[in-house]
Amino acid sequence: MTKRILSIMALAVILFALFVVMSSTAPFGVDKTTVSHRYIYQGVKETGSANLVTAVVLNYRGFDTLGEVTVLFVAATGVGAALYSIRNPPRKKSKVEASLIVKTASKLLFPMMLLFGAYIFIHGHLTPGGGFQGGAVISTAFVFKYVSDTRYSIDHIAFTKMESAAGMVFAGLGITGLIIGGYFLMNILPNGTPGDLISAGILPIIYIAIGIKVGAELTGILDRMMGVES
Amino acid sequence: MFYFASAALIVIGIYMLMVKKNLIKMIVGLSIMDSGVNLLLISIGYIKGKTAPIIQPGVSPSNVVDPLPQALVLTNIVIGVSVTALALSVVIKVYKHYRSLNSSEVRDMKW
Repeated sequence: MTKRILSIMALAVILFALFVVMSSTAPFGVDKTTVSHRYIYQGVKETGSANLVTAVVLNYRGFDTLGEVTVLFVAATGVGAALYSIRNPPRKKSKVEASLIVKTASKLLFPMMLLFGAYIFIHGHLTPGGGFQGGAVISTAFVFKYVSDTRYSIDHIAFTKMESAAGMVFAGLGITGLIIGGYFLMNILPNGTPGDLISAGILPIIYIAIGIKVGAELTGILDRMMGVES
Repeated sequence: MFYFASAALIVIGIYMLMVKKNLIKMIVGLSIMDSGVNLLLISIGYIKGKTAPIIQPGVSPSNVVDPLPQALVLTNIVIGVSVTALALSVVIKVYKHYRSLNSSEVRDMKW
């Protein structure tokens, strides 16, 4: 008990110190942008993307994003490796079937959720959202499938193929830029009019690839975890 | 206010990591700490009275918040999801092996 009280007191001190340091070094609501001025004022002209966050994520820091996708891929692989041996026996069927309401609703909502996820990642350079968010929405649609049907299981081979193809599209675009323009992930396509659906060069293609990849990976992680018997 | 909330989230996460014995609760603490860091980064990029960094008719470049912290937070969220998924799968393995989630009962994890 004394240990708990002591730790609470120490943490209260840390909380106060953190708050003081934060609000003295970075005053809230004040313009502190220095490097971002380039992104804000030149971003639309240089990348053709109306969404500046997408411009930063995919164009200025595209290599970073490739690393991020790799981290997610390694995590999915790690989950698969950690849970492999217990996935082999067939999944135990849940004794309780989902109710009629859940089944009907998931049947109705599943295509719409897929469509919404696709909308989010296709419009990633125009509206808030992008490949990661759209992929997460798509994997949520598959959660519905799992909840409503106790025997449901995804087609692993198709998902793996889709994921690999999407990853190869991203890396291949980067290497194409390297060959044509001289640096990795160069924007080889014309920028177009900012705000149009087909604009911003390779950014929409990359975001579609990321959306498919993230959706497949998150669904794969979910499937591995659902397959575990208690 | 946002700074205080994010500092509080970080401290709650540290507290859970320190005090809780249940491994899943420790992962929840890690996740809460992650959210605190995300909130801190986002609120550092906020500028009073400005709008989301999407250039469209009616929104001029001088009228948007800093897009850089938002891009970094996007990265951080994905990394957080990866860490949580990997940690949870390791916990599943630990539970299979030791039949316990209590970190002081798991033999090789005692400290």
